[in-house]
Formats: sequence, structure tokens, C-alpha cells
Amino acid sequence: MFKYIVKRLLLSVIILIGVSFIIYALVRMMPMNYIETKYSSQLLQGTVTWEDVNRFMDLYGLNDSVIVGYFKWFGKLVSGDLGESFKYERPVAEVIGDYMWISFAIALIATILQFLIAIPLGISSATHQYSVRDYTVTVLTMIGLSFPTYFFAAIVIRVFSLQLGWLPSGGLIDPGVDYAADFAGQMAKFGDMAYHLILPILVSVVLSVGGLMRYTRTNTLEVLNADYIRTARAKGLSERTVIYKHAFRNTLIPLATLLAGIIPGLFGGMMITEEVFAIDGIGRLAYRALREGDIPFVMGYNMFLAVLTVIGTLFSDIMYAVVDPRVKLAK
Amino acid sequence: MSDKEKQAMSDELAAEETVNAVSPSGEAAAAVLDDVSVDTATVVPTGDEEETYKEISPMRLVLRRFFRSKLSIVGIVMIAFLFIFSFLGPVFCSWGEDEVDMSPTEYSYEFTYTYTDENGDVVKVLEEYTYIGEINAYANPGSRHLLGTDEKGFDVFVRLMYGGRISLMIGFIVVILETLIGIVLGGLAGYFGGWVDQLIMRIVDIFNCIPTLPILLIASAVIDSWHLTPDQQIYVLMVVITLFSWSGVARLVRGQIISLREQEYMTATEVMGLPTWRKIFKHLIPNVMPQLIVSMTLGLGSVILYESTLSYLGLGVQLPKAAWGTMISQVNDPVIFQYHVNVWLPAGILIVIAVLGFNFVGDGLRDAMDPKARK
Repeated sequence: MFKYIVKRLLLSVIILIGVSFIIYALVRMMPMNYIETKYSSQLLQGTVTWEDVNRFMDLYGLNDSVIVGYFKWFGKLVSGDLGESFKYERPVAEVIGDYMWISFAIALIATILQFLIAIPLGISSATHQYSVRDYTVTVLTMIGLSFPTYFFAAIVIRVFSLQLGWLPSGGLIDPGVDYAADFAGQMAKFGDMAYHLILPILVSVVLSVGGLMRYTRTNTLEVLNADYIRTARAKGLSERTVIYKHAFRNTLIPLATLLAGIIPGLFGGMMITEEVFAIDGIGRLAYRALREGDIPFVMGYNMFLAVLTVIGTLFSDIMYAVVDPRVKLAK
Repeated sequence: MSDKEKQAMSDELAAEETVNAVSPSGEAAAAVLDDVSVDTATVVPTGDEEETYKEISPMRLVLRRFFRSKLSIVGIVMIAFLFIFSFLGPVFCSWGEDEVDMSPTEYSYEFTYTYTDENGDVVKVLEEYTYIGEINAYANPGSRHLLGTDEKGFDVFVRLMYGGRISLMIGFIVVILETLIGIVLGGLAGYFGGWVDQLIMRIVDIFNCIPTLPILLIASAVIDSWHLTPDQQIYVLMVVITLFSWSGVARLVRGQIISLREQEYMTATEVMGLPTWRKIFKHLIPNVMPQLIVSMTLGLGSVILYESTLSYLGLGVQLPKAAWGTMISQVNDPVIFQYHVNVWLPAGILIVIAVLGFNFVGDGLRDAMDPKARK
């Protein structure tokens, strides 16, 4: 096991180097030039000359070739430095660390709700296979899976915030209110945040509950066909005990491996949802940075996601061996 | 038991007919026949062999099971509707894809001001502006424009059709391309193993770890800077989406081939001394096809979602070409968002129909092609 993990981690390093080079090469080809955009108005007025801009570009490393630039970036990375964001003018790691938590909070709540909804639905769908209930649940969750995020978000905002006026259409807190620093004020602020997050969480739960529900349904169906379920029924156990005590626990085995795969989704932020609802999470920051050609931040964010994916995959492979003793990891 | 014996016999007959005695499709057919003979009742135990035995090809069995599911039929209907709507629809419509309705139109706006004058009376002023615009923009749905026009005077209904053409075309081409790449690379990795496998799978791992949406955004921005014509841009876009989505197919093909490689019929091909390409493309790939077809169908939906997301963010299909995503992106204009729902809502509904249709069909195919299926 230990040898396997070490081997996998070493391989991951090679993979991540490949990933970082591809992303870097593409990012450098992007048309957005941060410095030119930043000084465009001064350039027009003549307060900044092209020579100055050129000097700035040298300073920001935008005049290096892709290869040189990559090795500079990589050299810094080895010493633990993701570089300084052009747009946010702070170290990339710090910005990611600061804004990650709001995305994490949304994703965590959404994921928990998703599990709470999807697992019971999936199980009841499987135990009532081909019934009206099964079809209704399947169709509804599949419709959820088929919606583009921005479109569903637009409908939800149009209905709940413009038409009915129940919920705010975006942002994290009410910009017009100043919350006191004391406990009551902080609680009010927290409540306001929760109020603003209802719609984004609703959108992300509705759109992703389908996948998990179908996964649970398939697994439950498989377990229900197993021999030990027939044995349990033959012993004369009630259907309730059979399903909730014998079947349910075993459907959790494949779910455990899925849980590990959720890692990138939990920490990586949701670009489109955050952008539509104007929530300053890590996803929206990355989108803004991408739009303005903030190379260090885009690199940092993408590498952060890639590392999360690598860890998630490794973790889920290990979980697979942990929950199922028949699986052998080392080849 | 007599059923099975008869099947085995007729199977031998079938095998003699084909040149290849150990063809994998024959084996698959036997397996499927074996499975379904109980409930399809095509074999009558008594009587003459020629008349009692009705041979059903695996293809027909799959189709029969496929059409037994209501959701699959709904999915097929949805997809057929979209194809007819997008590819035949424009023939019957008088407006073109980027044709602006140039008829001068009268626009009127009303503003109400309320204020209190110095005497303390509340005065209400109703101002009405009317002006004649050069184009017929923001027309309401009606007989002239079925779903109205957008801010540029384009007919929304007709643009939905052209948007559908693009979405479906991109979907199909990308899925076919990524499947071809996946078959070749996954096939090579799975069949040869060793360093070939190591090399290809590390490349697959790299592409698997690249975050899809951000990298597509970056790549589209790069394409945007090349200043291609909207047509060329669509082709490059297809290549880019393919480039970042083939790794899943390669992984699937490799896994299947590794497990098939160890089966007896492959040892038989070894004994017969068949050339390598024949073993891969005639005996291994056809047996991966069921899974591939399912993953292609489900993949169509996700490609359409990616394309529309890129278009929504202004990085996909460019104006004056119509795309569903671009039509929805007009929600960013508050006036359209609130007062001209006809401009953006139908495009979104069509995306949902397309993705849902492909998901239904893919699910139906998966159940129909599963040899272990009971129903």
C-alpha cells in the first residue's frame, strides 16, 4: 500500500508538470495583455509611453518566450511561490486561500443537501423499479442534469427575484447595510449571507442531484439482486429490514469511492454559478482574472484544480481498496 | 434445455456460413440469444428445425429492447424533432439567419413623474415618447415573427433553427472525432500494454487532470485572437473541444480491451495467426462498440452543454452566426432579461430538450445493450 502511494505520488508529479506546461503555453497565447489593458487610457492621453509599457512588460515577464517564462514560473513554484497576481496585486496563494472558503461553504452545503436528497430518492426509485415513482424521479433528475447552469440560474433569478421579489438576485451581502462589529451585528451579517446564498445553492443542488441519484439507483438495483438479499428475505426478515439494514449499507460501498472524487468540486469553486450570482468566490475571481489576462492567477488556479483532481483520484482509488478487500492496488 | 441445444446447433450453422468461425460477433450473438430466449418465445420446442427457428440478429434484439422503454422513445422523438426543426425548418421560413427586419417601426415609451409643487399639490406628469426606428427590434411574438425579434432585429424563431444546426453539428462531429482518437489511442494502449500503455496512459492522465471549463475558456480566447471568419472559428472550436475531451473515451476503450484480450476467442485468433490490425479492429473494437455507442450518445449532451456555455460567455460561436448559448447571453441586458423573455427562454428550452433527449437515448441504449439485463 505504502509503495503504491509513493509510486502514484511520483507519477502525479510528472502528470502535473505536463498539465502545467500545456496550461502555461495556452495562457501565454491568450490575446488579453494585462499591462496594455491597464495602461491603455494613459497611453491614449500620452502620460505613459510605449517604452514604459515595454519596461513594465519586462518586469511582469510578459516579454519572455513561452519556454523561458515557463521555467521562471516553475522555478518559483519549486520554492513554494505561485507568483503575484497582476490584478489582485497580492500573492496568488494568498488570494486563493482567502476566497476559497466562501466557495467551499457553498459547495459543502450543496453537497450535503445533494446527498440527503439523492440517496433516499435513489433507493426508493430502485425498490420501486419501473413504477410511476421511479419514472417521475428519473425524469425530473434527468431534466435537472440537462439544464445549462447559467440558463437555470437566469430562470431562477427571473422568477424568485425579479417577479416575486422574494430573494436577492446576486451578491453575498446587502451592499446598503452596515453591520455592527458586535455579536448581534455579525449574526445579522451571517443571516444576510445565508439569505443571499439560497438561490446559488438551490441551482447547484438541482443541477447535480441527478448524477448521484442515478448512481445510487444503479448500485441499489445491483445489491438487491445479490444472493445475500435473497437469503435475508428467505429468513423471513421484513422488507424494511432487508432494504435498510442489508441493502442500504452495501450500496454505501461504491458511494464511498465517489465521496473522494468530490474533492475538486468542494474546493475548486463554481465558475458559472458564482459569476451569474456575482459571488466573489474563487471561481468568479478566476474567471475575472482569465478575462483580463492575469497569468499568475490563472496558472495558480488551474494548478490548484489539477492538484485537487490528482488527490481526488488517488484518494478514490485507495478508498476503493479500503472498502472492497478484493481489490489489490499494486500491480 | 432443448431450446438451448437448438440454439447451439443453429449457432454452429450460422458460424459455418461465415468464413470466420470464431468471430466475436457470433459469440456475442450467442450470448444475447441465450439470455432472451426465455421471454421472447421465438423458439418453439417441437416441429421442423427450419420453420421453428427464427433467427434474430443481436442488433434487432437490442432495438427491440430499446423500443420497449418509454423514455428511449421519448428521447428519440425529442432528437428527431430537433433535427427536423433545425435542418428542415429554415426551408419554410421567410427570414434568414442574419437577416434584419428593416421595416420602420414605431416605438413608444411612457414615463410617469410624480412630484409635489410649491402649493403642496401632487402633480403627476405622464410623458409619452414615440419615434420611428429604422429596424423592427424587440418585436413581440406574432404572426410576422413567431417568437419576436431581438435587439438587432433578427428573427428569434429562425435563429433558434440555425443555432440548432450548429449545436447538433458541433455535438456530432466532436463526439465522432473524440471517439476515433479514443479508439486508436485506447486500443493501442490496451492491446500492446508495456511502455506503449504507460506512455499513452500518462498522456491521458495529463489531459484528464486539466480542468475542462477553464482550459476551454482559455483556448477559445486564443482562437478569438486569430480573427478567423465565424465559419472557420466553429471548426477550430470543434477541434479544441475534441482535444480536451478524448481522454475519457481512450480510458474506456483501454479498460475494455484489457479485459477482452484475455478471453479465449482472442487466444483462438492467436492460434489462427491473424495479423495484429485484424485482431484489434475486427475482433476487439466491435466488442467495445456497445459501451462506445452509449458513451457517445451521453457525450453528445455534454458537448452541447460545453459549446453553449462557451457561446454564452462570448467565446464560442460568434455573431452573426446564431447559437443557443449566445441567444441566452442576452439576459445580461436587464431590459431583455425582464421584459423580452421570448428572446432568451426558447433557446434554453431547446438546449434542455437536446441534452435530455440524448441522455434518454443513451440510457435506453445502455439498458438495451446490457447482456445481463433481465427485461
